[in-house]
Amino acid sequence: MTILQIKNVTKNFDDSVVVDNISIDINQGEFFTLLGPSGCGKTTLLRMVAGLISPDSGRIFLDGKDITDLPPEKRPLHTIFQTYALFPHLSVFDNIAFPLKMAKWDKSRIVTQVEELLEDVQLVKFKNRFPHELSGGQKQRVAIARSLVDRPKLLLLDEPLSALDARLREHMHIELVKLQEETGVTFVYVTHDQQEALALSSRIAVLNGGKIEQLDVPTKVYSKPKTYFVADFLGKCNLIKAEVISTTNDAVTLKIAGYINLEVKCEYAANYKIGQKGWYSIRPEKIRLNREEVENTDLYRAQAKVLGYYYYGNDTLYEIELGDNLVLKVMLGNTKSVEPKFFNEETMVHMSFDPHAGSFIAEEL
Amino acid sequence: MQANKSSKLLILGGIFTFLFLYVPLILVILYSFNDSRIGISWVGFTLKWYKVLFADSQLMSAAVNSLIIAFVASFFSVILGTFAGVALHKYKVPLLSSLIMIPVAAPELLVGVALLLFFLLINFTLGYVSIVLAHIAFCTSFVTLAVKSRMVGIDNSIFDAARDLGANSFKSFYLVLIPSILPGIIAGGLMAFTLSIDDFVITFFTAGVGSTTLPLSIYSMIKMGVTPEVNAISTIIILFTLVITSLASKISPQLFK
Repeated sequence: MTILQIKNVTKNFDDSVVVDNISIDINQGEFFTLLGPSGCGKTTLLRMVAGLISPDSGRIFLDGKDITDLPPEKRPLHTIFQTYALFPHLSVFDNIAFPLKMAKWDKSRIVTQVEELLEDVQLVKFKNRFPHELSGGQKQRVAIARSLVDRPKLLLLDEPLSALDARLREHMHIELVKLQEETGVTFVYVTHDQQEALALSSRIAVLNGGKIEQLDVPTKVYSKPKTYFVADFLGKCNLIKAEVISTTNDAVTLKIAGYINLEVKCEYAANYKIGQKGWYSIRPEKIRLNREEVENTDLYRAQAKVLGYYYYGNDTLYEIELGDNLVLKVMLGNTKSVEPKFFNEETMVHMSFDPHAGSFIAEEL
Repeated sequence: MQANKSSKLLILGGIFTFLFLYVPLILVILYSFNDSRIGISWVGFTLKWYKVLFADSQLMSAAVNSLIIAFVASFFSVILGTFAGVALHKYKVPLLSSLIMIPVAAPELLVGVALLLFFLLINFTLGYVSIVLAHIAFCTSFVTLAVKSRMVGIDNSIFDAARDLGANSFKSFYLVLIPSILPGIIAGGLMAFTLSIDDFVITFFTAGVGSTTLPLSIYSMIKMGVTPEVNAISTIIILFTLVITSLASKISPQLFK
């Protein structure tokens, strides 16, 4: 069931298009993420849903009702701001009680409801403190409690974890997912952190230049990027120039780097004509390196020379060179050796990968 | 050793600065308790100048006038200055921001003369009303500065949050904006009050005939020579100002950094 419908929404600032005719349907109970670099329009889109800015054109529906012209205070949704936006003159308790007071709940109901939320976010002991007496993580939890206290239909989160350090951020990831599952409130999450988006979301919309590049579940967005931008923005990726030389119903045969022919599974195979240019994208961790030749004819196999490596602790990134200046990145997990690397520079290795582990990205015309 | 020497120098310099500032004030306070009408020699401790002072009905009514003027002027300048401070922070009009500084930076003499000419031009009868209007005019700038500097320290997203959490723009104004800048408003108001109560120059130009305030009365008293009563009233004003400025600095420390 669709809870939030964004329909053909456009917003310009000073003659530049920030949000360009975007339409998204978000389902009840989803953890939906808008992912993109700064300036891609994700925060602008979120603020339009919150009612803090109004779109130039397009409509926004919440639970089937057109809310485009409603002021922010009349929308049954809340926002968690990047800076937490706690009221400095109010205690933790009064901050959390604020939306209930605005909705004119009676005093006794306010007290029980706030106490319950304080327990949920483990802040009972801090209820009489003021925001400046709290740590970043505690402020974050107050902001979350304040936004969920009147059970909104939708929670908008604008890079809520960007001010926290890495360890606390990981801890909050788990907390957020748990909270979302417990409350059943639909989350719309804005972030520029691709790992955060992959780990938390049920679906991701990757935004660039005010447009949606791809909207899909995390596994699809990561392993089957639809555009060059998505492949490049999410994690590390090998993007090799390719051209379609033949198509079937569910696969295309590509000529890669001008000399390798590969058959690749492809959902949109039927859409492509012979001669379509683009890229073959394959993630570094999908490629294997071996000392001896691999006996599996389903794989694409070639000899390569190791150019260098970068040790990351849990894994090591190698740069290898196939023929004709074709350089690929290969990620190998450091599962066995305590050594930083398996292969030295200048070593010849046997490289192999399953062609279907990669995908074809068509160049836009 | 070098560091020790320079820190000693610093301490000495500090002591000298404070002596330079406070010796005259301390002398005034001391002589207000001296049991002698003339001369600088210490005769003995007395409170009789304070008794004389409180018995002086003319001076007392001038003091009451000053208090009323200061209350009214700081009340209205707080209202105007708060709006101006919030608006200037929100809309950041460069020219207006420096224009609001002019009454603070311009010589008082200039402001006084300008106001006098203005009142004459519009045929406004000089008196207590013109004094109050003049005081509101220069006090508003100080309140605006105090409120504006408080706004700088405030996360603007709390106003979005207020709307988002169900407050309409009116409630957001008095439940979130006003309380969060209240320290700035109070500090600005106290500053306005002390500036108004001891203002001489601007008051002198805008008072006209027949209306008098405490500073104007003191000025006419010392024309006959410095009497111990003047010392006594000065002592009271010094202490009064000290209390108010320390209150203001406690409420809004960043203003006094």
